[in-house]
Amino acid sequence: MRPLRVARVDSSPGLALVLQDFYVEKERPLIDWAWISENFSDDILPALLGHMYLSFVSVAIALVISLPAGVFVSRYRKAYAPVTFVTGILYSIPSLAAFAILVTVPGIGIGPRPVIIALVAYSLLVLIRNVVAGLDAVPAETIDAARGMGLTARQILFGVELPLALPVIVAGVRIATVTIIGIATIGFFVAGGGLGQVIFSGISRDFPTMILTGALLTTALAVVTDFLLLRLESVLRPWARTRRA
Amino acid sequence: MDRILEVLARPEYPDLLWRHVSLSAAALAIGTVIALVVAMLVSRSPLGAFVAINVGNVGRAVPSLAILALVFPLFGFGFNTALVALTALAIPPILINASTALRQVSLQVIDAARGMGFSNLQVLGRIRVPIAAPVIFAGIRTSAVQVVASATLATFVGGGGLGDLIVEGYSRGDNYIMLAGAFSVAVLAIITELGFGGLERALTPKGLKVAQKRRGK
Repeated sequence: MRPLRVARVDSSPGLALVLQDFYVEKERPLIDWAWISENFSDDILPALLGHMYLSFVSVAIALVISLPAGVFVSRYRKAYAPVTFVTGILYSIPSLAAFAILVTVPGIGIGPRPVIIALVAYSLLVLIRNVVAGLDAVPAETIDAARGMGLTARQILFGVELPLALPVIVAGVRIATVTIIGIATIGFFVAGGGLGQVIFSGISRDFPTMILTGALLTTALAVVTDFLLLRLESVLRPWARTRRA
Repeated sequence: MDRILEVLARPEYPDLLWRHVSLSAAALAIGTVIALVVAMLVSRSPLGAFVAINVGNVGRAVPSLAILALVFPLFGFGFNTALVALTALAIPPILINASTALRQVSLQVIDAARGMGFSNLQVLGRIRVPIAAPVIFAGIRTSAVQVVASATLATFVGGGGLGDLIVEGYSRGDNYIMLAGAFSVAVLAIITELGFGGLERALTPKGLKVAQKRRGK
């Protein structure tokens, strides 16, 4: 193997550069800061923003579907088991398989679209379950009191039940968002953009800096989002705060 | 449809399927043992359990592709990278559930067992573990589905499995090969989900089932 390489190096200057690069790479530090600063605005930042776009848009769409679905299921209990079964099946389909199937559907194609559709489908189980759990936790006496005050069913739903259920719903949004941010990394496979592209380029170039940059940014995005939503959760639960104080 | 079946009839299909299943099973088995041993070791120390649960939580936030990619520079292309990464992926859900459940066994029950002369080891083996079993098993189920799903990504680090078909189909622009791979993985994941769900119900101790029913589920 080795003599062959040397011979080739002698004959082709282009390959020599490649090999030189290869040997230099072995001595490179784990994180090549120069690469990061060179590529930050052209590669890394767009990937991060693309990742946030994919994740947040998906969770937002999923929430728009899950809120009415959850309210319906909490009223019409018979639907709960089938709804959680179907969304549970959707949830267990591996993301790479889901993307691959969606790409072949006419009208979807490659790009962010199949990624967002799959991520919305993954969020439904957690979100619907938490909307129902949140509505269930509203005390029957509170609803009775509201009815006694002459509120209509609609006023009770929007003025009493949903605000009281909000912390549990936000807890569901937390779980869904963290999961979605992780799965969105696979979106690179169907050209959906995001940080997965940085990670995968790192694998195919055998360049640890890119792998670490992509992996750490994705993890950081998940952890920071989780923390911010946790804060939102406690802000939405003022009664719990006063009780603690 | 015929073209998809053609791919499933390929001579190398069983190998891919077997690679996928064996990779997932090995990772799940090793991950379960590690998670359970750690959870039992920390089960009597509040600080240990706190650390275990939080390490598990951060571990869950790391995307599967990132774990595979991070292990990749250490072991290079091949089975080992995939196995190590999937094992790392299998640990957090089991660790979180086991540490939480082992600590949540009510103190009265443990007191009663001590009063009956149980040693610490007996309390762990005959009281804490059986009572925590359903929650621990729910963690194993979560891990199993996640590992089977992530084993699809092993193809990106040369680990083989059914993901190979998806990537082959995508790069050759052949939807049938891609769909054959995708449907196989999806069915495998759903079987895992439903199968472990059934096992979970079967493994719940009788006494706990009675208690669950009494609480109205």
